Amino acid sequence: MKNVVCVCGHENPVGTKICANCGRPLTEEAKSQKVLDMKYDGSAIRSKTYNKSIIDKVWNFFSSVKVGVALIIITLVVSSIGTILKQEAFVEAGNEAGRAAFYEESYGSFGKLYYNLGFSDLYNQIWYLVLVAMLGISIIVASIDRGIPLHKSLKNQRVRRHESFMKRQRVIAEGTVTTGDSSNTIDAVEEKMKKLNYKVRREGKALLAEKGRFSRYGPYINHLGLIIFLVGVLLHKFPGIYVDESMWIREGETRAIPGMDGYFLENKEFIFETHDNDPTTAQIQQGVNAVAKNYQTDIVLYKQADDAVPGQTDQLEVVKEYSIRVNHPLEHDGYALYQMDFRLNELKEMSFQLTNKDTGVSLGEVAIDLRNPKKEYIIDENIKVELMEYYPDFSGFNNEGAPQTLSPNPNNPAFIFNMITPEHPDGEISFVAIQQTVEPTGDNTYKMAFSGIDTVNMSGLTIRMDKTIPILFVGGFIFLLGLAIGSYWNHRRIWIEQFENGRIRLAAHTNKNWFSIKKDLDAITEYAHLPQYIDQLDDEKETENDEDKKEES
Amino acid sequence: MSLIDLSGTLLEVAFIAYLVATLLIGGSIKSKKPDGAQNRANKWGRIAILVTIIGFLAHLGYFITRWIYSGHAPVSNMFEFTTAFGMFLVGAFILIYFMYRVTALGLAALPIALLIIGWAAMFPQEVTPLVPSLQSHWLTIHVITAALGQSILAISAVAGLIYLLKDVDTKKKGKQRFWLEAILYFLVLIVGNIVVSTVFNVAGYEAQYSYVDKNGIEQQIIYNVPAIFGMNESTTLTEGAMDPLIEVPAFIHGLKLTTVVWSIIAGTIIYILIRLITRRRIADMLQPLVKKVNLQLFDEIGYRSVLIGFPVFSLGALVFAMIWAQEAWGRFWGWDPKEVWALITWLFYAAFLHLRLSKGWEGNKSAWLALIGFAIIIFNLVVVNLVIAGLHSYA
Amino acid sequence: MDKKRKRSIIRGVILAVLVIAIGFTVYSSFTKDKVELLTEGDTAPDFELVGLDGKKHRLSDYRGEGVMLNFWGTWCEPCKREMPAMDRQYDVFKDQGVNLLTINIAQSEFEVQNFLNNLGVDFPTVIDKTRDVMTAYNVIDLPASIFIDPNGKVVKIKTGEMKEADIISHMEMIKPE
Repeated sequence: MKNVVCVCGHENPVGTKICANCGRPLTEEAKSQKVLDMKYDGSAIRSKTYNKSIIDKVWNFFSSVKVGVALIIITLVVSSIGTILKQEAFVEAGNEAGRAAFYEESYGSFGKLYYNLGFSDLYNQIWYLVLVAMLGISIIVASIDRGIPLHKSLKNQRVRRHESFMKRQRVIAEGTVTTGDSSNTIDAVEEKMKKLNYKVRREGKALLAEKGRFSRYGPYINHLGLIIFLVGVLLHKFPGIYVDESMWIREGETRAIPGMDGYFLENKEFIFETHDNDPTTAQIQQGVNAVAKNYQTDIVLYKQADDAVPGQTDQLEVVKEYSIRVNHPLEHDGYALYQMDFRLNELKEMSFQLTNKDTGVSLGEVAIDLRNPKKEYIIDENIKVELMEYYPDFSGFNNEGAPQTLSPNPNNPAFIFNMITPEHPDGEISFVAIQQTVEPTGDNTYKMAFSGIDTVNMSGLTIRMDKTIPILFVGGFIFLLGLAIGSYWNHRRIWIEQFENGRIRLAAHTNKNWFSIKKDLDAITEYAHLPQYIDQLDDEKETENDEDKKEES
Repeated sequence: MSLIDLSGTLLEVAFIAYLVATLLIGGSIKSKKPDGAQNRANKWGRIAILVTIIGFLAHLGYFITRWIYSGHAPVSNMFEFTTAFGMFLVGAFILIYFMYRVTALGLAALPIALLIIGWAAMFPQEVTPLVPSLQSHWLTIHVITAALGQSILAISAVAGLIYLLKDVDTKKKGKQRFWLEAILYFLVLIVGNIVVSTVFNVAGYEAQYSYVDKNGIEQQIIYNVPAIFGMNESTTLTEGAMDPLIEVPAFIHGLKLTTVVWSIIAGTIIYILIRLITRRRIADMLQPLVKKVNLQLFDEIGYRSVLIGFPVFSLGALVFAMIWAQEAWGRFWGWDPKEVWALITWLFYAAFLHLRLSKGWEGNKSAWLALIGFAIIIFNLVVVNLVIAGLHSYA
Repeated sequence: MDKKRKRSIIRGVILAVLVIAIGFTVYSSFTKDKVELLTEGDTAPDFELVGLDGKKHRLSDYRGEGVMLNFWGTWCEPCKREMPAMDRQYDVFKDQGVNLLTINIAQSEFEVQNFLNNLGVDFPTVIDKTRDVMTAYNVIDLPASIFIDPNGKVVKIKTGEMKEADIISHMEMIKPE
């Protein structure tokens, strides 16, 4: 592949639009422009250079800004589809069938279609990941392709530019000085430009003043930040980097913390508070009685001894006591425990009076800890209640007529008692469930009369650990830094050349914010008595802005 | 006078000031008399900016007094957030004014701010106590930065609208003329919403219904507008109140739909009246006001405000949001609808910048893109908050 | 021409690295679980729990012999159904150096003892009150049985109800030589 040799003798890579040395337009397109297209300073975008092998074709595909923008728009549209209906992550259904049913029941056939197309879990679909990954590749390839040639071209700038370059800039001036001697005009310009914080280079009577070149690197810096961020996000998919577990823990209970080996948590108390404000209009409209003020779990965090094995809980050390609240997670050793959910008033203890059915006289009370029932409850030497069977979550009788429990949780406790009383020293058997009593041996003298309950609250916590946070943080920081550099600064260049006859030619370019470079130009024009510049894109002269300016000056 | 009353009064002062400033700007541009008209125009323009600044200070006063009264940054419900958004929009306008000294920008910026504040006032205005998840200093940091970014981005749409009012040939039939008028029609619909809510409010209309929500639980609801659409399995509780004309399934909110339909009806009537009285399109009516606008400059203002707003938006709506989410829920991103729409907004403006930088989409195309961007921001504010319920749902 | 080849190679390498990295991530996110699971061939995590007999049972004490762990709860019907067969085979294999240790998930001693009495089984049983061992073994569904050989390696993980023939064949696998 041959390079393009400019009239000035400089060799430019194929695809270069503006000679890197003298600034002459090289392509027919550039030559025909009234104002040169200065993006990437006319350097050759690498992908445009070769287009032969498959690798080149793939490369060029990702290098294209058109493809990049298309990928952004596709991602944008696809992402919005995921917000039409609730995502599966927010649906409280345990299994796949439950979720499928939820979409059909709640949203009809549209919901069913939405579910079947995978839109209900859109952001976890392979094709969504692939889409984001392609965007990532596009960012990398396009940045390499444009950043490197741009860097080379900015590094090797020459002071003197050819007439065909100067005249094709957007803002230009040509003529003689307006007043006074023109012999030291360039010196005056140099002095003023330095005052305006420009970097000035001179070659005899030619001058290049430049400011904020670093801002050209902003986009590449922010793209780098984005890539680091995306890498961090991808790392989540690997085991051991990310822990996301949850646990339910009752008041008074001590449990191993899932995902956090060697640590145990005791729930001392769960606190739920509401604001005591007068109901607001919004509350009344929505029928909400009280606004929640605080969800809090007072906990003790324990750690096993270093040489302990799972299950050994006899030597737990207290690590810390803490109140976990929303926005105030318990943080320890890279892990964090978050207040997520709660259930109030789960049954803890049930009390019964051992009562004579005829007389209604009670022989005494029995309180049964539903989490830890005992074999027998002694009232005195002749009177006791034996617990024969216990079904914490009674769900009916099976085919053989035996009572069943659905779970280990005391949601619907049922008991088989043997009541030993002076009248019945061998005992009377009674099956007792909530609002149900069965007496298998016939007519009992005594019954276990329900007399009260005690409850506990349950707290739902989430345990999270994320080793990628530092990577994400660095990525986000670099992204914002690059964005600020690219957005809040701009690259201004002013070329001036004075000819033998004293005539002056000026050209100015900025990658953005023409308004400000014109202010700088106004300043030097006045100071060095330069000919008035014109904006070649400005056709209309009678503008509000110009009027303002005239009035001020 | 208590602090909260003072706060309300300051907001009213701000509203009136913006209204006066709008008229002053309109007058400053319209005067065509040859005898020193330029000077007078500038004099009126300066007074307009002065009034705008007074309004902004009053608005800021509302914000600060309400903050002190409630003990938290007043951005925690729909009224507060939208009002703050209007304030930042005016603030962004003032900022851009001092950069470019262009009063004509206020011609679109102030009326849009007025509409936003007026619409905000239709929501319950009491101070609401914070639920636990909002009790964080990140509420202040995240919401204010995000709103600030959005309002600066909105200025690009304001500049774009003025650009198009001048650039689009309203004498010729075409897509651009149609859509430009559609945007103005949409603005009239917001007026319709404000009118309808105010009229029924003043009339004291109230009807109570009971309904069955999507979880199968019976709830009650109060309508302040006559029920066109009833809630799911609705029963009228108020004596003599009209029964809903049409009942909707549980996943659609009948009251919200009713409000939307009422706004469309009222807005359309207002629009038709304007057309009948003036016998012109609204765009035609506005065109003389923007005749002297420098297109090149407005294109640059539009681009510049995206450049200024985009990093602020990225910081507030994405980075701070992620930090808060990590702190509150242990995950920096959860695909909540509001989060997704913030991402969509961000992607859109990223596309805007790439199209402008690499594909040369400037001027007319850029102005249309800026308007679409603003539409996404408004969608995120209105539809995502009120229709798509998620963690960020305000109402 | 050399320059062009070099450039092609660089591009090829960059693209290949990107595609492999992304491909591997996508693959692993859809095939593997995000937690490191206990799998067959791993060393069984040691643990210590208190049994119904009041004594401490430590897994490493059984080194040199085979161990079958069985996680269960009283509410779990399939757990209940496989227990008589387990009890029978334990009686057969215990003289051949195969132990059975059943682990109840955080229930009360009363419930556990009562349940086993009703079934008429007498194998050693411990209670995992804090669910620490259950977590260490990533047990989610009950019943779950883990067969550990004399060297402490997990030979077989079985979730769900087992037939007597399965119990026999798996106990054979962990019998000391």
